[in-house]
Amino acid sequence: MGELEVHKHVQYILAVEKKKDSFEALVMEHLRMNGAYWGLTTLDLLQNIAVIDQEEVISWLMSCWDKESGGFSGTVGLDPHLLYTLSAVQILALFNRLDVLDIDKVSKYVAGLQNEDGSFSGDMWGEIDTRFSYCAICCLSILHSLDKINVEKAVKYIVSCKNLDGGFGATPGGESHAGQIFCCVGALSITGSLHHIDRDLLGWWLCERQCTDGGLNGRPEKLADVCYSWWVLSSLIMIDCVHWIDKSKLTEFILNCQDRENGGISDRPDNAVDVFHTYFGVAGLSLMEYAGLKPIDPAYALPIDVVNRIFFSKC
Amino acid sequence: MHGRPRKSPGVKDAAAAAAKASNLRDLQAQLIHNHHHRVYTKEAISASSKLLEINPEILTVWNYRKHAFLQNLKEATDSEGIKSLVDDELRAVEMALRANPKSYGAWFHRKWVLSQGLAAVDFDREFRLLDHLLKADSRNFHGWNYRSELLSRLLNKKAPGFVDRESILTKEYDLVSQALFTDPSDQSGWFYHLWLLDQTVTPNEVLLISSWPSHGSDWVLSVNGDATICKPSKPICTGYYFMNTGKLPIVLYFNQTVKGVNSSSVTVNSIFVKNENLVWRPLPPSKSQEAACWVTYLQIPDVLSDSKAYVVEVKLSHSKDILSSIGSEFNHPSHFRFTLTLNSESLENAGGESVDELLVWNDGRSSALESNDLVSFDQLNLCEDHASAFSQWQLATISNEIKLFKELSEENCIFVNLTLARLLLAQEVMVSHRTLTERLNHLREVLKLYDDLLKLDPRHAGYYEDERSLVLMNQVTCDEKSISSHRSHSSNYTSSKVHLLGCLQLKSLSLTRIGYVERLLWVQTLDLSHNKLRSIAGIEALQLLTCLNLRNNQICSITSLEPLKPLSYLRVLDISFNKIGLHPVDTTRYLFSSPLTYSMIKDEKYLEECRQANINVADNWEAIFLFRDLHLKQLDVKGNAVADEKFRALLKKVLPTLIWLDGERL
Repeated sequence: MGELEVHKHVQYILAVEKKKDSFEALVMEHLRMNGAYWGLTTLDLLQNIAVIDQEEVISWLMSCWDKESGGFSGTVGLDPHLLYTLSAVQILALFNRLDVLDIDKVSKYVAGLQNEDGSFSGDMWGEIDTRFSYCAICCLSILHSLDKINVEKAVKYIVSCKNLDGGFGATPGGESHAGQIFCCVGALSITGSLHHIDRDLLGWWLCERQCTDGGLNGRPEKLADVCYSWWVLSSLIMIDCVHWIDKSKLTEFILNCQDRENGGISDRPDNAVDVFHTYFGVAGLSLMEYAGLKPIDPAYALPIDVVNRIFFSKC
Repeated sequence: MHGRPRKSPGVKDAAAAAAKASNLRDLQAQLIHNHHHRVYTKEAISASSKLLEINPEILTVWNYRKHAFLQNLKEATDSEGIKSLVDDELRAVEMALRANPKSYGAWFHRKWVLSQGLAAVDFDREFRLLDHLLKADSRNFHGWNYRSELLSRLLNKKAPGFVDRESILTKEYDLVSQALFTDPSDQSGWFYHLWLLDQTVTPNEVLLISSWPSHGSDWVLSVNGDATICKPSKPICTGYYFMNTGKLPIVLYFNQTVKGVNSSSVTVNSIFVKNENLVWRPLPPSKSQEAACWVTYLQIPDVLSDSKAYVVEVKLSHSKDILSSIGSEFNHPSHFRFTLTLNSESLENAGGESVDELLVWNDGRSSALESNDLVSFDQLNLCEDHASAFSQWQLATISNEIKLFKELSEENCIFVNLTLARLLLAQEVMVSHRTLTERLNHLREVLKLYDDLLKLDPRHAGYYEDERSLVLMNQVTCDEKSISSHRSHSSNYTSSKVHLLGCLQLKSLSLTRIGYVERLLWVQTLDLSHNKLRSIAGIEALQLLTCLNLRNNQICSITSLEPLKPLSYLRVLDISFNKIGLHPVDTTRYLFSSPLTYSMIKDEKYLEECRQANINVADNWEAIFLFRDLHLKQLDVKGNAVADEKFRALLKKVLPTLIWLDGERL
């Protein structure tokens, strides 16, 4: 099983950041803002964020801000969207530089995407998904601006996406999927609404995601994948049912998904690595209190000291 | 990002990769240019199609196409032209789905185009597309999930003359049994069975199953403000209950979660207080105002002390107000009455001592009870008749399922054993008038199933231990004899003259959580030491609790102690030798009422006071928001990683009523 190759993963992330011209990098360019959040948060969890030039990142980040709408895009030149707006705000929270934002404008962009029924659209084109409910609620909470939306309706919409197996889908009636479950449980946690969840029922569905190889899948009958080490694990933690899985077997699975030579973590052992799975693997290990890692908050997906700072430092 | 094998690029690959990259870069740059300059020519749109075939994930490309579509729509002259525009978009989506069948952007674009309502939707084409994609990735559970959705909709209809719920469910049991016995390894059928079971075991009727004070009990109160004590009128005993807030709790416990308990739906008749002024609160406190346990407090006046027995009557009549979570109304009127005699004897004359003295928990086994201090069993309010809340059909169905599953249980399949355990537990509640021996045998059978499961499926040990703890609690509290063997004399707890009633000792039972608290509403002193408790959820119902021992358990966080907050009588707490401070990731962080979850307003003034007292608020907010709401006189925290000097200083600041900390007088 071995250990977590901290140094290799740090080098991998720094290299990925620089390698902008490969085909793989170009294909991901449109979500560079997400990639930056994944990479930077991983570096912080690995206690290595000091190597980053904060100002350079912030400068690039702000060049992705559309001052007309108030939202952020995935990279320079593309259209704004909730997904990237959340990542941008999370990055600034990580650096404790939320002061560079026109918080009012950004909040208005997010709040403006709430629909009559409480749901959220991802952008002006109107796609509705509980992922966007999470993005909006998490983003606004970090900005201390949750009061700009109708929280009650937002919660009501999320609860309407609850299924009979205790899980949640993308829209009402949508099948339960671990990614959607994370978004809904996260949003309900942030708004203090976990009493809407049948924790025993959902906890059992979630703990049944653990496969014989120790990894977690996203739905019954599917293969284990490292990214579910986050979606499923954080959900289990938020509802206090994480002791229902075998943490050491999951740790073993994640560590086996490392590329010990070149750094990075993949979805499954011996597959190609990427920043997405590197982040989720390290975040999963952090949730399980792997030695040497900073602990991460399961709802905000940011280090706990960052979240505590947002809520409890001197005003 | 998923499912690509790991390989190092060779030289030949490098050249091809560079060409691919260059092509992609050009297409992306072109798209951004056309998008910003609103270029919607045929060539431009065609270039975007090429890009989408390579990378359908870029949302902006789909946005561009929507803009282009709307613009070209304006210039379209006839319905043929419009239809061809629509077809172009649908074809682009199909091409994109070939590259990635799960592309959010592609699917939404298709929905968006069709929702423009410009051309008749070709449903054949749509279903063919779906078939094609689903063939590539089919799963059974989707079907069962859909089935339970349909059924749920059907069953919730309350139309008269509507199809019989019970016969529908019976057919479903047959159907799922076929599936399960054919292929017991297919998970999806089991989740459906669990849902069916849930439909079957939910009690049809709302019942009041427990209360404190219990019906027919008589109490003498020696009223002295916060030194008020309460004793049963008979038998005459030296023991007492502390009523250290000067208020008497009235606790109601229902057989399921209900809302709507208030002074209209529940009437309390007494000379002490006007019914309309009583406020009923759910326990645990909840934003949704729903709970199985509800409490109100009778303020005991100082004045009336004429040694007359005053009757207090609590009535719950038919009420549309009180509703269960599935909408059942409360249709079983019940009432109970108890009497209160007030005198103004001081605490010492009444034979008591306040809890300012240090209370020492005895580590040994409990010694035999003195019959003088035995509160009569009647006053243990075990008035359960849960069985009346269930129909014949429910009982028969569960019996059938048990028979079926017992036949299968030879095969040692995890799901079979787990389902059988759940079935047996469900049956336990539904059957009335069993002898104690029958009940204990039944519970022993369930315990054995969980022990087997712990061996069969060690991955889920945590779950089985939790379930097992509940069965154990059931066993230990199921009747007078069981409880008696765990009750103890309060002299086990202190060498001074404090004589407490309602002492229960549940040590060393390997409990990971507690349950069946409706049977323990009379408990004042509870020793849960030397267990494996990680949660104390449920304890909030024990409103008389004054002394609690949680030493040597697995409590990992301060936030998991939230259930202590509604215990207004709690004065002595021992949480020494737990795991508080060992775990940086707090699993009850979001279940705890605090400014983090917008469940309380941040008292900035108080937090600033704490900062002035050198307390790091950002790192210790959990302790501040928990202990601030407790009124402890005695606290033990040693043996926890968190319990350093700084923490002790914090406790002293946040608990001004504290007299004893870790055995030392402050």
